[in-house]
Amino acid sequence: MKMQEYTLSAHNFEECMKCTVCTAYCPVVPANPHYPGPKQAGPDGERLRLKDPYFFDEMLKYCLNCKRCEVACPSGVNVADIIQSARIRYSKSKPKLRDRILASTDFMGTAARPFAPLVNAVTGLGITKSVLDATMAIDRHRTFPKYAGKSFEGWFKRNAAASQEQFKEKVAYFHGCYVNYNYPQLGKDLVALMNALGFGVELLDKEKCCGVAMIANGMYDGARKHAAHNEKVLGKAASSGRKILTTSTTCTFTMRDEYRELLDVDNSSYRDNLLIATKFIYEKVNSGEVKLVFRKDYKAKIAYHTPCHMEKLGWGVFSTGLLKMIPGAEFTILDSNCCGIAGTYGFKKENYAVSQEIGKPLFDQIARIAPEVVACDCETCKWQIEMSTGLPVKNPVSILAEALDLEATAKLNQHE
Amino acid sequence: MKFDTVIIGGGLAGLTAGLRLQQKGKSVAIVSAGQNALHFSSGTFGVLNEGAEIPENHPYMKLNLEGYLAEVIPFFASAGVVLKGNPLKNSWRITPMGKRQEARFFMEDADPLEGKDTLIGKKALVVSFPGFLDFNTSFLAASLEKSGTAVRIELLALPEMDRLRENPSEMRSVNVARVMDRAWNKVVSEVKLLLKGEDVIVLPQVFGLKDSAIVSAIRESFDQKVLFVGTMPPSVPGMRTQMKLKQSFEAAGGTFLMGDEVLSAEISSERVVSVKTRNLGDHALEADAFILASGSYFSKGLSATTEEVFEPLFGLDVNFSEGRSSWYDADFYSAQPFNNFGVMTDEKFRALKEGKPVLNLYAAGSVLGGADALRLGCGAGVAILSGLAVADAIAPESK
Repeated sequence: MKMQEYTLSAHNFEECMKCTVCTAYCPVVPANPHYPGPKQAGPDGERLRLKDPYFFDEMLKYCLNCKRCEVACPSGVNVADIIQSARIRYSKSKPKLRDRILASTDFMGTAARPFAPLVNAVTGLGITKSVLDATMAIDRHRTFPKYAGKSFEGWFKRNAAASQEQFKEKVAYFHGCYVNYNYPQLGKDLVALMNALGFGVELLDKEKCCGVAMIANGMYDGARKHAAHNEKVLGKAASSGRKILTTSTTCTFTMRDEYRELLDVDNSSYRDNLLIATKFIYEKVNSGEVKLVFRKDYKAKIAYHTPCHMEKLGWGVFSTGLLKMIPGAEFTILDSNCCGIAGTYGFKKENYAVSQEIGKPLFDQIARIAPEVVACDCETCKWQIEMSTGLPVKNPVSILAEALDLEATAKLNQHE
Repeated sequence: MKFDTVIIGGGLAGLTAGLRLQQKGKSVAIVSAGQNALHFSSGTFGVLNEGAEIPENHPYMKLNLEGYLAEVIPFFASAGVVLKGNPLKNSWRITPMGKRQEARFFMEDADPLEGKDTLIGKKALVVSFPGFLDFNTSFLAASLEKSGTAVRIELLALPEMDRLRENPSEMRSVNVARVMDRAWNKVVSEVKLLLKGEDVIVLPQVFGLKDSAIVSAIRESFDQKVLFVGTMPPSVPGMRTQMKLKQSFEAAGGTFLMGDEVLSAEISSERVVSVKTRNLGDHALEADAFILASGSYFSKGLSATTEEVFEPLFGLDVNFSEGRSSWYDADFYSAQPFNNFGVMTDEKFRALKEGKPVLNLYAAGSVLGGADALRLGCGAGVAILSGLAVADAIAPESK
C-alpha cells in the first residue's frame, strides 16, 4: 500500500516539512516586514485556518503571487496556491473602486479606446497622476499604459483576416487585453512572424480577459465568469486541433494553471494546446519543420528578463533559445529576480516603494550590462522595466520579427 | 531539445558534474525539482570521519580518491567558491550547539580548528542580534565554557534591524544577511566598542549572502580572531555556494531548469534516449548521456513502500535488504541500514537495471547505494567526488 495516495491534500500542503527555503526566495519578505512570508502565510497558516478561519490574516494580500516559492520548494508544495486560495476562501476585505478599475482591463480598454488620444493625454498629466494618487491611491510615479486608437481585433479584421485563408496550417491566437487595447503592434508582429513561418493566424471566438488582475484584486466571481467563458472558446479552438498561441506569460499561466488550481475550472479541454508563441516556434525550428533566415544587417545588444510566471511555466528556454539563434545579437540572460510590479500590485500607492525595492537588483544589473533592448515576454514587467531603467523592452516575438528577413523566411516555409 | 548531457537533480552532485562537463565544452541541461541540501549546509563539506573504514561497496571504491580530493579546492575556486582545509586530513569546526564536528573542506565563513580539543581562545565575545532566534547564544556559550574558553554574550541592537524585528517569524539568517550586506561595517565598529579584552569574536554566519568578500573583510577589520558559527537553516554560506555554482554553470553556457521535474524516461536498447518533464510536457529532452543526481529519500531520488525501497524514475536496482525489519535498528543511535540503500552501479558509475548497466545513465551523489552519510560523514564528499568522476567518465578527454 502506498500511504501517500491516501494522504493527498490540496496544493500538496501536507508535503511541507518546514525547511524555510520558500521564505529565502520570496521577493516580498526582504522588502516588506508586514508580509508574514510564504511559509507562515502558506502551509503554517493553513494548519491554523483549517481549524478556525479566525486565523486568516489579511496581510496575505501582500503576496505577489509570483510563484517563486513554488519554484524553490524542494517538496513540491504549491505554496502560493495555498496563499491565494486562502484569500479566496477567507478574505473579508472587499475590492475598492480603485482595485476594480485596475482589474477590469478589458472593460477599461473598451471604454477608453475610442477616446484614446484624450485618455492618454489626460492620464499622462502630472495633475491627473496627483489626483489619482490622492483620491484613488494609484501611485503618482506610475505611467499608465497608453491606449491604442485602433484595437488589434479591429486591425486584424480589416487588414489581416482575409489573407490568412491562403495558409493551409493555422494557429489560434489569444492576444489578451494588452495587445488589443494598448499595444497592437505586438499582435501585428506575431501575425507577420507566423505568416513568414507558413502559418495562418485566426482569432478566438470572442476571448475575454484571462482574469489574472481580478484574482489579484479579490474579484473572484468575475474571474470565474471569465474563466468559464474562455474555457469554452479555447476548448472550441483546441477541439478543432488548433494550437493556441499567446504572447503574454501571465495570461498563459493563468489560463493554464490558475483556472484549475484556484478557480476550480476544469481546463483539460485546451490545457495541452495552449502555449507561448516562442515555444511553438522553437519546437518547429528544432524539428526542422520551419527554417529561419536572419537579416545580415541586424545587430543588437539584448538582455533577457525571465518573468516570474515564465520561471513557473519553465518555458524561458524557448524564448532564450530563439533569441540565441540571432547571429547579430549580443545576448545575456539576466539573473532570476522579480521586477516588482506583479501586474496591478505595483500601481497601488501602498506598494510602490516595496515594488521598486524588489526590482532594484534587476534594474542595477541592467544598468551594468547597458543593453540596447531588454527582451521580456510579460507586458507588466515591460512597464516596470521601462519606467525604472529608461530602456525599451520588447517581446521576443517582436525582436524575432525585426531580426528575421521575413520575405526570405516565407519563401522557405511554404507548407503544402 | 538536444544536449550532450542531461542531469536530473540540481544539488551539489548535479551542479558539480554539470559545471565540470560544461567546462569541458559539453552542452548540459540540469533539471532541478526545487532547491537542494546546500540550503541546510553547515558551511563545511565532510569527506570521511576520522578512523572510519570505507565499506567495500562505497562509491569511493570506484574512483581515485586522493586524486579527486586534490582537485576539490581548485574546482570550487573556478566557480568563485573559496574552500579551505587540508584535502587529506580532517579539521574541526564549532557547531551551532558549540560542539566540535570534523570536516574536510571549509567555506570561507567556517574556520578550521586543527584538533578536536583546540581552544578557540582564552576569552570569547559571542555577538548576536536581539530577536534573532536561529542562533542560540546560550547553548553555544555553555559548550565553549566547558571546553575551557571564558564567554561573554552581547546582543547588538542596530536600527537597520528594526524593520526585520517587526516580523519575528521572518527574522531568518538569510533575511538578516540581506540587511548585513549594507550594515556589516557598522557591526564591525559596534563590536569594537563592546570588546573587553577578548581574544576571539564569535559571530553568526549571516554575512556575505552573495559574496564572501564581506566575510574576509570583517576578519581583516579585527586584530582578534573572528569565528563565524552556523545558524539554523537556511544556511547563508550554503546558499552562496549554490548560487555561485549555478551562476558559473550558466555563465559557461549550461541550461538550468529550476522548479521542473523529470516525470518519465524513454529507454531503448539499454540506453536512455530522452526524458520528459512536468513543465516541458511532450517536448522531450534528448542527450547522449544522462546523470541521475536526484538525491536520497528527502528529495524523492529514493522512495519506499512497506515492501521495497525503489528508484522511482528508471526503476533501477537498489541494494535494499529483504524484510522491512532489517532496514532499521531499534536503537536510534546505531547505524541505520536504510541509510546504506541506494542505486547500484558498475565500476564507471553506470546505473544497473535488472543486473545490467544502462549504457549511458550514470548515478552521482546521495542516490548512490553503499554510502551511509550519517555514519561515515561522507555526504558532501560523495556528491562532489562522484560528480567529478561521472563527468570524467562521460567526457574523459580534457578540455
